[in-house]
Amino acid sequence: MTALAEPGGGVGLSPRVFVRRIFAGQTGPVLVVVAAIILVWYLGAAFLNAPQQMEADGRAGVERSLTGFLAATYSQERPVLPAPHQVAAEIWKTTFAMKPTSKRSLVYHGWVTLSSTLMGFAIGTLLGVLLAVGIVYSRTLDKSLMPWIIASQTIPILAIAPMIVVVLGAINVAPVFAKGTVSAYLAFFPVAVGMVKGLRSPDPMLLDLMRTYSAGPWQTLVKLRLPAAMPFLFASLKVAIAISLVGAIVGELPTGARAGLGARLLAGSYYGQTVQIWSALLVAAFMAAILVTLVGIADRIVLRRMGMAR
Amino acid sequence: MSEASAAHERMAAAIGVLTAGPAPVLTYPAALLALAAIPFPVATGGGPVAGSSLLAAALLMAVPALGWPRAPVGRLLLVAAVTALAFFLLLAHLAPIAGRAGLGFWLLVAAAAILAVQVMRGLAHRSGGRGSGLRRLNAVAVPVVFGLWLLVLWECLVRGFGVPPVLLPPPSEIARQIASSLSILWADFRQTFLKAVLAGYVIGCLSGFLIAILVDRVPFLKRGLLPVGNMVSALPIIGIAPIMVMWFGFDWPSKAAVVVVMTFFPMLVNTVTGLSAAGAMERDLMRTYAASYGQELIKLRLPAALPFIFNALKINSTLALIGAIVAEFFGTPIVGMGFRISTEVGRMNISMVWAEIAVAALAGSLFYGLVALLERAFTFWHPSYRH
Amino acid sequence: MVEEVAREAAEAARPASASGSVIAITDLSLTFQTADGPVHALQDIDLSVDRGEFVSLIGPSGCGKTTLLRVIADLEQPTSGEIAVNGVSPDAARRARAYGYVFQAAALYPWRSIASNVALPLEIMGLSKAERSERVKRNLELVNLTGFERKYPWQLSGGMQQRASIARALAVEPDLLLMDEPFGALDEIVRDHLNEQLLQLWAKTHKTIVFVTHSIPEAVFLSTKIVVMSPRPGRVYDVIDCDLPGERTLDIRETPEFLEIAHRVREGLRAGHSYDD
Repeated sequence: MTALAEPGGGVGLSPRVFVRRIFAGQTGPVLVVVAAIILVWYLGAAFLNAPQQMEADGRAGVERSLTGFLAATYSQERPVLPAPHQVAAEIWKTTFAMKPTSKRSLVYHGWVTLSSTLMGFAIGTLLGVLLAVGIVYSRTLDKSLMPWIIASQTIPILAIAPMIVVVLGAINVAPVFAKGTVSAYLAFFPVAVGMVKGLRSPDPMLLDLMRTYSAGPWQTLVKLRLPAAMPFLFASLKVAIAISLVGAIVGELPTGARAGLGARLLAGSYYGQTVQIWSALLVAAFMAAILVTLVGIADRIVLRRMGMAR
Repeated sequence: MSEASAAHERMAAAIGVLTAGPAPVLTYPAALLALAAIPFPVATGGGPVAGSSLLAAALLMAVPALGWPRAPVGRLLLVAAVTALAFFLLLAHLAPIAGRAGLGFWLLVAAAAILAVQVMRGLAHRSGGRGSGLRRLNAVAVPVVFGLWLLVLWECLVRGFGVPPVLLPPPSEIARQIASSLSILWADFRQTFLKAVLAGYVIGCLSGFLIAILVDRVPFLKRGLLPVGNMVSALPIIGIAPIMVMWFGFDWPSKAAVVVVMTFFPMLVNTVTGLSAAGAMERDLMRTYAASYGQELIKLRLPAALPFIFNALKINSTLALIGAIVAEFFGTPIVGMGFRISTEVGRMNISMVWAEIAVAALAGSLFYGLVALLERAFTFWHPSYRH
Repeated sequence: MVEEVAREAAEAARPASASGSVIAITDLSLTFQTADGPVHALQDIDLSVDRGEFVSLIGPSGCGKTTLLRVIADLEQPTSGEIAVNGVSPDAARRARAYGYVFQAAALYPWRSIASNVALPLEIMGLSKAERSERVKRNLELVNLTGFERKYPWQLSGGMQQRASIARALAVEPDLLLMDEPFGALDEIVRDHLNEQLLQLWAKTHKTIVFVTHSIPEAVFLSTKIVVMSPRPGRVYDVIDCDLPGERTLDIRETPEFLEIAHRVREGLRAGHSYDD
């Protein structure tokens, strides 16, 4: 009846133990999931591109073996769903194998999008933090403005992106600033809400402690509220940087912009260039992943130096 | 001084402390600005405030600075009435001076705006807490007053300076636009919200939920999918819109597909997290009852996951609307909120864009509000709602 | 195979013969594998609990008393040794719903009313609605919670919550009640009161109770047998028979007999304690 535990394992790290460790954590499972996604992608590409290929082959009177047919579905000019390696090749071609100043280089388009993203992110974060401090210290601001900031999270503010870009364009604001405004606007809300929550997070006992020291509002802010708000700030920064990028991309959509990842998406969709759409999309995804990861690293470094690492 | 009179004075001081509101400091600069406006012209090249009906507004706005009545409530009501009346007079005076408002007019606007801030301060300090209904009413009144203040200032500034409507139309113009294009707005709403958003939201949330329950049974998948799902939530998924338009055509199904993809991951991640939210002790309890997997799921883990599931439903209500509107920027039949926004922006018909945005904002907050109400009804037991 | 399980289950549900042990443990050990190496939570435990006894497990934290209770409830599996509950394995006893378990906290589900919380195990056992409401009524009465059926747990005080959780354990109508420091989180006055109520309940229902505590007065006041345990590794240091009269009131705690037993328990705890932490 009794279940016997297995005898204690060896101390050395044999390859088998190593593999087991990886799969006991997250790395192994994540790799498997990613591999599964790529596999499904290949299968999907073959399946979705097959009708088009059959039609083309029928018209040209070509007979193909199964493997030949599969290979053909993975190398179409305008596939319904391009295969991963096609997208990878396109990304390679338009990034490393091309001068970054070329109008077809994704480095160029990525930089256009990234610059407005970062500018908007910085401005939006600054405004959000300042306003949060104002809200925490002014009852009037808290009662009048805070409900609107919370409510604005429930409405699709992204919808006004094209209007902002066009209107600012009409008064001769450079596109990078116009898109930056959209990004700043979008980044502002999560930062403001998160910072208000963070600045209010200190325990009442700690606030009372500051009062026993007869500390002024400024000292309480710098010595207690701001440090306590750091984890909240970084959590909102991750949201803010992601939404800034989305704002910059959407800001490039309906304005006839010639540059930027959004413009690449739109051009690709006009001309049915699926490979171009997918490569712009993946580059945008990489960019988002890298930006969020960078904020995450900053988060960890700052919290560790403050002794607040989780 | 006799002991009795000293006690009397102490009591009077105590009552004074109890009843005194915040000092109405802002009434003084408001009165100064209002009185200073009198000799200046209402419109450039026109007569001074003294010679127009706005003189009444100027004199009125000086009254609150007199420090009467003593009771804070009375004072608050007086300031509110004066502010409302002053703004009414200013708005009524806007039409003939549009685009050429003078210094006198602007000084009066500034005075009224400052008085309005005083009203908000007064209301804010009398609101909050769980006490009486009046306090709760105050808590609603402050943001409403703030919203009105913003709208009125917007109207005064845009019309007074004569800002071209292609840049920023005044609220009155947007309201007129909404009233005159109700049928278009309704058709757009039906196409975007009632078809694409709702269909995509239901499919996306439901499939995210079901997959989460499957994933939860396989720990390996859970460890692998959770980080991937978290990462995907941060990606600009909206970019798949052109692909969906190619795959599913111009009409609403392609927008619904974008919404499905956008809402799927937040629901997946939240449900998977929520399903492990039940405490160890509660699970042990189920084990002592020798409960089956299904019994444990339905009686313990799903109820415990409800706050997480509703969190996803709320996030998704906003994401769905964004997804559908932005997806329409990539091509639609000639109807839909996103279509309208992008074409009217192109024609520089900005007031129609604002009308459409107003509808989107209303739809978004009502949708969110509905989900929040359901959340309250289903998770009344959660610490955040208990009284 | 299925028949065998069914027979075993039927046996487990049946009360053990009047003289036989409800719980019989021989040579039982449990070792947890942790990152810092193995932890010997229980070592060479021998214990038998007879029908109708009130047995307290007492010891300092880390002595494995809760772990031992969890092994009896099949919430942990022993590394070696023998254990039988109602003559069958803990797993079979659990499947037969042979015991009721009361945790350190009430562990009531906040989304269920008190009545519905007490009905939870009965729903899982598949009892009819009429049977469920009858048992809920009877057991809430037993713990003096009549009238609170429609309240939610968070609307009740800590002591009332813990009483509701005892009613929930009783509703299963087991002959064996396993209680893991059920009153540990309550204040002294409430705890005294609940101790008295528990004794009355035990006298009324003649259940076998295994009770984990770290309070000496509580253990002496309640038990017929006190098992003193010592930590690192968790062992049984002493088994003390507590032969105070059956009818006890709180006043008994001032009697010399009571104090003598309490003294012996304290000596046992002191001797078993190594003070190296």
